[in-house]
Amino acid sequence: MIDYDPATYSRILTGLTLGFHIIFASIGVGVPLMIALAEWTGLRKRDPHYTLLARRWARGFVITVAVGVVTGTSIGLQLSLLWPNFMELAGQTISLPLFMETFAFFFEAIFLGIYLYTWDRFKSGWRHFLLVIPVVIGASLSAFFITTVNSFMNQPQGFELVNGVLTDINPLVAMFNPATPTKTAHVIITCYLASAFVLGAIAATKMIRGNRHAYHKKALHLTMVSAFVFAASTAAIGDLSGKYLAEYQPEKLAAAEWHFETEEQAPLIVGGFLADNQEVTGALEIPYALSILAHSNPNEEVIGLNEFPESDTPPLYIHYLFDGMVGIGIYLLAISFMYLLIRRIKPAWQYNKWLMRGIVAGGPLGILAIEFGWVFAEVGRQPWILHQIMRTPEGATTAEHVDIMLYLFIALYIALGVTATVVLRRMFKENPAAHELEQRYGDRRDDK
Amino acid sequence: MNLEILGMGVLWLFLYGYMIVSSIDFGAGFFHFFNKISRKDHQVNSLIQRYLSPVWEVTNVFFVFFFVGIVGFFPSTAYYFGTALLVPVSISIVLIAIRGSYYAFNTYGAKDSPVYSFLYGATGLLIPASLTIALTISEGGYVNVSNGQVRLLYGELFSSLYAWSVVILAIISVLFISSAFLQYYAQKAGDNTSYRLFRRYTLFWSLPTILASGLVFIGIRQHNPEHFSGMLNIWWMFGLSFLFFSLVVYLSYRRKRLGTAFVFVMLQYFSAWFGYGASHLPWLLYDELTIYDGFVNQTMAWSLIAAFIAGFLLLIPSLYLLMRLFLFDAAYIRGERK
Repeated sequence: MIDYDPATYSRILTGLTLGFHIIFASIGVGVPLMIALAEWTGLRKRDPHYTLLARRWARGFVITVAVGVVTGTSIGLQLSLLWPNFMELAGQTISLPLFMETFAFFFEAIFLGIYLYTWDRFKSGWRHFLLVIPVVIGASLSAFFITTVNSFMNQPQGFELVNGVLTDINPLVAMFNPATPTKTAHVIITCYLASAFVLGAIAATKMIRGNRHAYHKKALHLTMVSAFVFAASTAAIGDLSGKYLAEYQPEKLAAAEWHFETEEQAPLIVGGFLADNQEVTGALEIPYALSILAHSNPNEEVIGLNEFPESDTPPLYIHYLFDGMVGIGIYLLAISFMYLLIRRIKPAWQYNKWLMRGIVAGGPLGILAIEFGWVFAEVGRQPWILHQIMRTPEGATTAEHVDIMLYLFIALYIALGVTATVVLRRMFKENPAAHELEQRYGDRRDDK
Repeated sequence: MNLEILGMGVLWLFLYGYMIVSSIDFGAGFFHFFNKISRKDHQVNSLIQRYLSPVWEVTNVFFVFFFVGIVGFFPSTAYYFGTALLVPVSISIVLIAIRGSYYAFNTYGAKDSPVYSFLYGATGLLIPASLTIALTISEGGYVNVSNGQVRLLYGELFSSLYAWSVVILAIISVLFISSAFLQYYAQKAGDNTSYRLFRRYTLFWSLPTILASGLVFIGIRQHNPEHFSGMLNIWWMFGLSFLFFSLVVYLSYRRKRLGTAFVFVMLQYFSAWFGYGASHLPWLLYDELTIYDGFVNQTMAWSLIAAFIAGFLLLIPSLYLLMRLFLFDAAYIRGERK
């Protein structure tokens, strides 16, 4: 057995909580926007299908929000429990956005409560629609504030550390650090993208199973149009993230790309295997692409990993995480584009089984890409918890029993994950959309 | 008043808010389960549901607000309390997680499950019990700090009269606060069966509330005489608390002005809570950490206060809207509006 090392267990437990929380948190940021889009479309087109879509999405959303809220509480407290030394420093420098996140979330929670219970309360549907706007804003602002804290960990600034004493603290400079614009934009847009695909996957599943009700077709169309827009934006923002890394955290970019020697006209390495002597085999090499990603110029120089002492560089397996994330991103862009293209040029194939299967796969893949992205972001920052200021083990707790807590939380997340899945499935199975349409709106139309 | 006291006052106010709203919530969850197994009345439970559904998430945020705020205003608490409380607070997190999610599963899921109902009913009483450990250890004597290591002394904690008296008071208070609120809510809903039930609960839990409070006084005198004498210096705050308590019992017994009675419950706890808090100062962790040496730098303190004021201005109208739609809308309470 390995010796008890609280820092290692703290890392595993934090990774576990974040890995579980991020699924629900990402859905929590993205789905409100989709609900708002559906309700708005319903009002604009006076089409009860879209209104019901918003209603049913909102109903399922509550379940994921509940898990998101409690796991968010969990990570919020675990930051202090597992990383007390880090939080003591973070409290002095970056607590402002953490504090503001609470407000954003508070705002969202209040309006979500109101939104869910006032569907039939107002004469005009537009008034009810107004209530979802604070939910969308609150959710995205929460993501924004929390991500500024993560940006700060990657690019700490807004303070001076002289002989262990903090001076010249400026909370706003800390919050708006060079990592903030690309990181926050990337996080928020990918939450939208993954959520659109999760909802799209549900509609596509109905198509495959032969349920061609207009309600599901509209759901599919709305989610795929949105997904295409989000995927294209993700690509653009992802490119800017590469340029940020090249300038501020070149070792993270170099490790992700297995780029060892500083050189001009650097190629991008995709996939492959790494030998001990830094030799890469079996990889796809795209000439100039890394120079373009890093500096928008094929001739520009990209700093290699060998410029850094080994003790300051992250593990090299993050290469696969990066490739996985980007690969899925491209896939999501391609499949949503295919859907739109086929709809345009060959409408008869619009609900083709293989296309639908591709969309269904996009749901879990989108979530997987978010997981890859976060693990890449976190592991890629190692060995630092606060880039070039504090190493990860220095920030960790020294308490006993972190290992037992790890097992406790594994059990908790299994229980929550399983029950949430069971409840969600049962909720929608026992009350299919067609049935609810008939009940609520007396709608007997079919898609024909 | 200096920034340290102002910061602590704000946090203490939010913790007070959490205590009140979560007590209503925890107690309601417990009664919901209890009524279900004792097959009391279905009507009672739908009344409870109508109150709980739109507000449960808001309750949780009060707590998040407190622990994020305290690390912001007093970063050193992360080090001391974070290290010492790893196990007890982890257990609280698990309970809060079970409660929050199983509440949603039970309410929004397709059918009402007795297991889910049990899970969120029972955790509602265990959460306050486990969270009070944080308050208890702040009295000192339960934590050992030596050469940079902070350790919680479980033996001292579990064998301490004071620690147990706080646990008992917390659980009884949950039931008392919650019954007093629900009797008002039931009466407003014109639901007589529920009203009679909750009136009985309120009166039933009133005497234990006072006895448990007395026990806490005895416990603290034994455990931390310095804090106890500080409490005696502001004895009038606890006297006021007792006065409000008597008014609650009187009004509930006479079936009069139950809304006012609940305001008195809030005042009863407000004066006791702030009496306890004020006499606790300047210590955050007795004998180790005061609000002065644990305070954040001035720049951050001011920006947190600015953020707090801005956020507060946003929240007040939102909370007002929530209460107007669900707490003070008679038709909603009566269940005539969905």
